[in-house]
Amino acid sequence: MQAYLVRRLFESALILLGITLVTFILLYLVPADPARQIAGRSATAETVQNIRDQLGLNDPFFVQYWRYLTALFQGDMGRSYLQRAEVSELIAARLPASLLLMVAAIVTELIFGLTIGIIAALRRNRPADHGLMIFSFVSISAPQFVIGILLLYIFAVKLGWFPIGGYGTFAHVVLPAITLGFLGAGWYSRMMRSSMIDVLGQDFVRTAQAKGLAKGRIILRHVIPNAVLPIIAMIGIDIGLFMSGIVVVESVYGWPGIGQLAWQAIQRVDIPVIMGVTMVSATAIVLGNLLADLVAPMIDPRIKTK
Amino acid sequence: MSVTDTSTAQGQRRTTRAGQVVLVLMKRPRSAFGMAVILLMVFAAVFAPWIMPHDPFEQSFDGLSLVGAPLPPGGEFPLGTDLLGRDLASRLILGTRTSLIIGVLANGIAILLGAGVGITAGYFGGWIGAILMRFTDLMMAFPALLLAIVLAAIFQPSLLIVALVIAMVNWVQMARVIYTETRSLAERDFIQVQRALGAGHLRILGSHLLPHLLSSILVFGTLGISTTVLLEATLSFLGVGVQPPMPSWGNIIFENQTYFTTAPWLVFFPGVAIVLLALAFNLVGDALRDILDPTLKGRH
Repeated sequence: MQAYLVRRLFESALILLGITLVTFILLYLVPADPARQIAGRSATAETVQNIRDQLGLNDPFFVQYWRYLTALFQGDMGRSYLQRAEVSELIAARLPASLLLMVAAIVTELIFGLTIGIIAALRRNRPADHGLMIFSFVSISAPQFVIGILLLYIFAVKLGWFPIGGYGTFAHVVLPAITLGFLGAGWYSRMMRSSMIDVLGQDFVRTAQAKGLAKGRIILRHVIPNAVLPIIAMIGIDIGLFMSGIVVVESVYGWPGIGQLAWQAIQRVDIPVIMGVTMVSATAIVLGNLLADLVAPMIDPRIKTK
Repeated sequence: MSVTDTSTAQGQRRTTRAGQVVLVLMKRPRSAFGMAVILLMVFAAVFAPWIMPHDPFEQSFDGLSLVGAPLPPGGEFPLGTDLLGRDLASRLILGTRTSLIIGVLANGIAILLGAGVGITAGYFGGWIGAILMRFTDLMMAFPALLLAIVLAAIFQPSLLIVALVIAMVNWVQMARVIYTETRSLAERDFIQVQRALGAGHLRILGSHLLPHLLSSILVFGTLGISTTVLLEATLSFLGVGVQPPMPSWGNIIFENQTYFTTAPWLVFFPGVAIVLLALAFNLVGDALRDILDPTLKGRH
């Protein structure tokens, strides 16, 4: 297990290093000139050239990359081109909002996903099962911006139950969390359903029935806990979905998180900020996958870790 | 002569197998619904010029109310008009083309790339396999949407570029699946025998490995179209996908977003179209997985 942990940590570090390189190459290719963006429209060619020199944009690719990498190792992600602040400060200011949204989304998707999966499995092949599975198919086929705008229209504009976007109170979190968790609820309900069906077919359930335990007790005490475990192990993988999702959800609801920060930075070619958010997201995804890989063998010892 | 004979026989067997699969798909209510939606959409895309009630680009004078607001559904404009007074139904029908073209194109490229990388890495293994799969891992850890937005912002978006960007993001899943399957197939006796007999790599890959991988490629290829359709819609909604005036379901919502409180149909109908198409491919793909993967029998 320890050797496995060390190997996975090492691999994760390599992947992150690779991501810095790929992101840097991509941003190096951006045709828009950040220096011109900073200087403004009326700037002379000389001013633009000076800014390019100051930012080191005239240096060869590998010099720029090496400079970025050494700074990154010291925790320095550079300064935003357009906002007078360090990238790390900008991200740190936005991160709590995004984390709050993600935690709320995880809670939402687990509540909906697990409940739907359990009911569907217990009513297998009956109308309730078919109906719920169609719902879960719809939820994995619906783009988040459509869900977001429609929820806003129905529950904020028409019914007035929730505020139209923004940040601050519990009421602000509800619609964005449902929007972000909607997709995951679909996946979890399908996984929970088949996990339940697997467990229901196992010998220990038959033993419990033979002992004469009440059906409700068997399901609550024996089936559900066993069926939930492998599902919980997958939460780490969700982080990848969320990191893509927050760009859309935060832009629909005006939620002040890192997704919105990234989206604004992309529109204005603020390269250090794009780099920063990409690295933070990638780190979160890598850590999430690592967590999932480490938790899985603890839950199910049959999974080998060689 | 004998070679031709066996190949025809094999060809026939494959057709009948494909026929059986289609039959089973039509028998199950969910996949039959999916197939019907796909056929309908393909029909709409192919015959768009003949079934559109209006010119999708014409900013009709009658298409706006007296105060210049979009018209609600009904009457001359069955699904209403957009903020420029264009017929929404016609734009949605033409948008079907955009979605399907990008869906098929982007997904085709992703399949070729993903299956290519997966087979190569799985069959040859060694350092080639290690490099390819580490690169796949790297791409998996990339926030997909962020990557797509950055790529789309770098290259001026055209239909082909949007398709390429989506393919660059979506090939990874396919590569993983095919890699795992190729690895286990390559160890099996019938492949080892071919190697021992001195068959060339290309021959083993083409005539012995690929046929066994086809069902996975078909399943994940079908499911992949759904992902592609959703990603295209999202990119277009953010304004970095298909560019107006060319209609796409995503950019129709993007263009009319500010009107959603007063003209919700401009979000609702394109939204329904996106969900229906993505849903159709998900239902058919899921049914295909059920039919083609014997290990899943009885679990659903």
